[in-house]
Amino acid sequence: MTDLTKLTAARTAERIASGETSAVEVAEAHLARVEAVDEKVHAFLHVDREGALETARRVDAKRAAGEKLGPLAGVPLALKDIFTTEGVPTTVGSRILEGWVPPYDATVTRRLKDADVVILGKTNMDEFAMGSSTENSAYGPTGNPWDLTRIPGGSGGGSSAALASFQAPLAIGTDTGGSIRQPAAVTGTVGVKPTYGGVSRYGMVAFSSSLDQGGPCARTVLDAALLHEAIAGHDPLDSTSVDAPVPAVVEAARNGDVRGMRVGVVTEFSGEGYQDGVMRRFTESVELLRELGAEIVEISCPSFTKALAAYYLIAPSECSSNLARFDAMRYGLRVGDDGTRSAEDVTALTREAGFGPEVKRRIMLGTYALSSGYYDAYYGSAQKVRTLITRDFQRAFESVDVLVSPTTPTTAFPIGERADDPMAMYLADLCTIPSNLAGNAAMSLPCGLAPEDGLPVGLQIIAPAMADDRLYRVGAAVEAAFHTRWGHPLLEEAPVL
Amino acid sequence: MTVIDLVSYEDALASYDPVMGLEVHVELGTQTKMFCGCATVPGAPANAQTCPTCLGLPGSLPVVNATAVESAVKIGLALNCSIADWCRFARKNYFYPDMPKNFQTSQYDEPIAFDGYLDVQLEDGEVFRVGIERAHMEEDTGKSTHIGGATGRIHGASHSLLDYNRAGIPLIEIVTKPITGAGDRAPEIARAYVAELRELIRALGVSEARMEMGQMRCDVNLSLMPKGSQTFGTRSETKNVNSLRSVERAVRFEVQRHAGVLDGGGVIVQETRHFHEDDGSTTSGRVKEEAEDYRYFPEPDLVPVAPARAWVEELRATLPELPRLRRNRLREEWGISEHEMQSVLNAGALDLIIATIDAGAPADQARKWWMGELARRANETGTELTGLTITPEQVARVCALVAEGSLNDKLARQTIEGVLAGEGGPDEVVEKRGLKVVSDEGALGTAVDEAIAGNAAIADKIRGGKVAAAGALVGAVMKATRGQADAARVRELILERLGVQG
Repeated sequence: MTDLTKLTAARTAERIASGETSAVEVAEAHLARVEAVDEKVHAFLHVDREGALETARRVDAKRAAGEKLGPLAGVPLALKDIFTTEGVPTTVGSRILEGWVPPYDATVTRRLKDADVVILGKTNMDEFAMGSSTENSAYGPTGNPWDLTRIPGGSGGGSSAALASFQAPLAIGTDTGGSIRQPAAVTGTVGVKPTYGGVSRYGMVAFSSSLDQGGPCARTVLDAALLHEAIAGHDPLDSTSVDAPVPAVVEAARNGDVRGMRVGVVTEFSGEGYQDGVMRRFTESVELLRELGAEIVEISCPSFTKALAAYYLIAPSECSSNLARFDAMRYGLRVGDDGTRSAEDVTALTREAGFGPEVKRRIMLGTYALSSGYYDAYYGSAQKVRTLITRDFQRAFESVDVLVSPTTPTTAFPIGERADDPMAMYLADLCTIPSNLAGNAAMSLPCGLAPEDGLPVGLQIIAPAMADDRLYRVGAAVEAAFHTRWGHPLLEEAPVL
Repeated sequence: MTVIDLVSYEDALASYDPVMGLEVHVELGTQTKMFCGCATVPGAPANAQTCPTCLGLPGSLPVVNATAVESAVKIGLALNCSIADWCRFARKNYFYPDMPKNFQTSQYDEPIAFDGYLDVQLEDGEVFRVGIERAHMEEDTGKSTHIGGATGRIHGASHSLLDYNRAGIPLIEIVTKPITGAGDRAPEIARAYVAELRELIRALGVSEARMEMGQMRCDVNLSLMPKGSQTFGTRSETKNVNSLRSVERAVRFEVQRHAGVLDGGGVIVQETRHFHEDDGSTTSGRVKEEAEDYRYFPEPDLVPVAPARAWVEELRATLPELPRLRRNRLREEWGISEHEMQSVLNAGALDLIIATIDAGAPADQARKWWMGELARRANETGTELTGLTITPEQVARVCALVAEGSLNDKLARQTIEGVLAGEGGPDEVVEKRGLKVVSDEGALGTAVDEAIAGNAAIADKIRGGKVAAAGALVGAVMKATRGQADAARVRELILERLGVQG
């Protein structure tokens, strides 16, 4: 009998559409898998069993009535707990929103529902998406299915772990500095940060508004493309949403081909701090691209070395303002309201109790960076660096079609190893952050295991803004070639949970 | 409570020159809020007009109201400002429970309109130019009602109620440049500026600007500098001065208070002050020990506003005649004095008179009815002229009936009384009450003959050349016809019958 949890999203949808399998069977198989393994993995913060089965039943009824089903109808999905879901708790991994039940759906949530995707539940994350390991969740860490003592990446570690442990074939993440791509890299899955403005941010709880971008996570490039197409496109509720047609990502994913393409290797993304096995797999990937017919060019983007510093001024600045609304007045946690304290005191006590240390650190950093007298030196300079980084990308894309790099300098590190060392933690996003600052599109996909630890390594592909289709064209070609070389998808080498 | 030493206004002005800065917030009369689609109907139940965006729920995002931007540009143009080619919103960060996001989406160093002026006319006709620093767009906060305290302020309250219906209502903040050279006319100029601004806003049709409803709110900044000095003194900021009279009084009071402090060798503390409607005084609010740091930065959730030049010029072409110029033109057309015009304005009768003229009435008649009979009626019932249940069209119809001789003055008043009493339009009231002038020459002739016969002595006097005595006979005829005769025609008939020339 087929294990329904091992199928791709594309294949699952086909089976449901043809009547080979019912959507309810698919949902039940995944809910059973969640039941069986999630106690160990802790990918989910909330499982919406009833909601999932109800959607599945509706898909089956539609099919029975002869209605045409969408390309992802009945496919289960794990939704990062940063998207609002009407009637279903949304915590953003924070104590301060414990028990909050939003009265409205995010645009992404709405589009998933419109596509008849079966939302299994909400996945764990670093609090307010601040982190690279999911250890900053107020609700405890998530294990990496390759080695449960190691981190699944972050902030979207719940989503990547759900995919890698076959609890869902699809997941949604958000990427502010790498929170989709880095978890994908360390769990051997595929993650895409679309062009900024490609996917609506409406209903996505803000961390850093000018950097946040929701995107698809999956186990194959085609599945990611199908999900990308379902959630992307202009949204009048998000002023920063791009009012232009969605790049033809599905078509690109079905036609992987790099012949004649110029691929740039960013020289700044190597050297000290990069794990040997990571660089070895990356170099092999570049060789593979050459073999597949791409022209390889070395590209220098000198401003990228300042990206991390700029990011850690811009993101905290915006977060210090975005998170001000959590004041105990209207929703979420309220501490110390005993009838004697002032509103001001209750707000202070609530924020003290409700935010974790990393969130507080960034709020303080941002508050400082925006203060009068420091604004120009910190926030102002960071914005200038951002402009320089954007120019570096523009220059690079004048001579190449895509850029490639390792997604993250190392493989998954042990839980706890960097928990007390923020700087070490921040380095995990060294290669991913420039694309957030410039707003262009990027993907991470598996390119093998590091020989020294047997853990997955991610290859990052970067494309210009609104050229997201290039990611899929290159990604599909690389994925097909690797599958041929390995004889199977990488995840088949993961230990059985 | 500290005792405030006030110096007499005249003494204060003998030693100091006042410098004013006026900040006026205008609530725009848009159908929806600044950044979401919520309704803006006044008087709705608390929190009935809210959504995730104006409640600042996690994940919500703003979208700019295009009509509000258009209104802002119109205001900017009418204030002779430059309109920015490109400008952004900014976040003004501070914590307050009635502000859902704990930042106000406003504009900081890139206002949509800047560097203009407004000419204001004082009651004696003198024109004073007030420089405009900027006009920018922002959103209103919610409303806190503090329960349990004696003052209605937060101090001493046991709890507070929050209504977010107002949160997100579009505001335009209009800031003057420092107003110098006003001298002893400072209070008057402040009042005239706010009044002129209010007229302008109404003429543009962007807000009703009703101060009593908080649709227009004024902060008065004032400082004094010793006569001859060019260096501004420390200012006080008197918040929420919300009527024209209060603006004038607040300036006057602060001039006297500042002078008292300075004369006594004291220093003015930079602080916000509360204005008290009852006695026209101000008291200390919050002392600004250090300049509040709002940590402004460009709003990343919104894209820049870039009004196209052609569009701005299109709007400029649609601007109505400035209220001051319009008033002066009308005053000349109507041939009335500054003082009379001021009475019309104070009565709120200008637009009604114009509408009545537009409906066909002669200017003097339209003005006579609105400023006379109707003003008296409004006064009696304690309503505004606009609150009377008679339309300018109906007043014009009454004027027409008088002009054609169907009504005389007295009957016209009765007709108006009937309209106000809800008896229908002028024609209906005339019909129902039987108010038409007696124009049947036969019936009138009989009444005249009877009057002559019954007042032989007076008739003889008239025959003898005392034409003025005819009034008594006219009165008798009018009485006999219950006032429904045309007095002029009656007079003619009497003189005709007695063989004298009028």
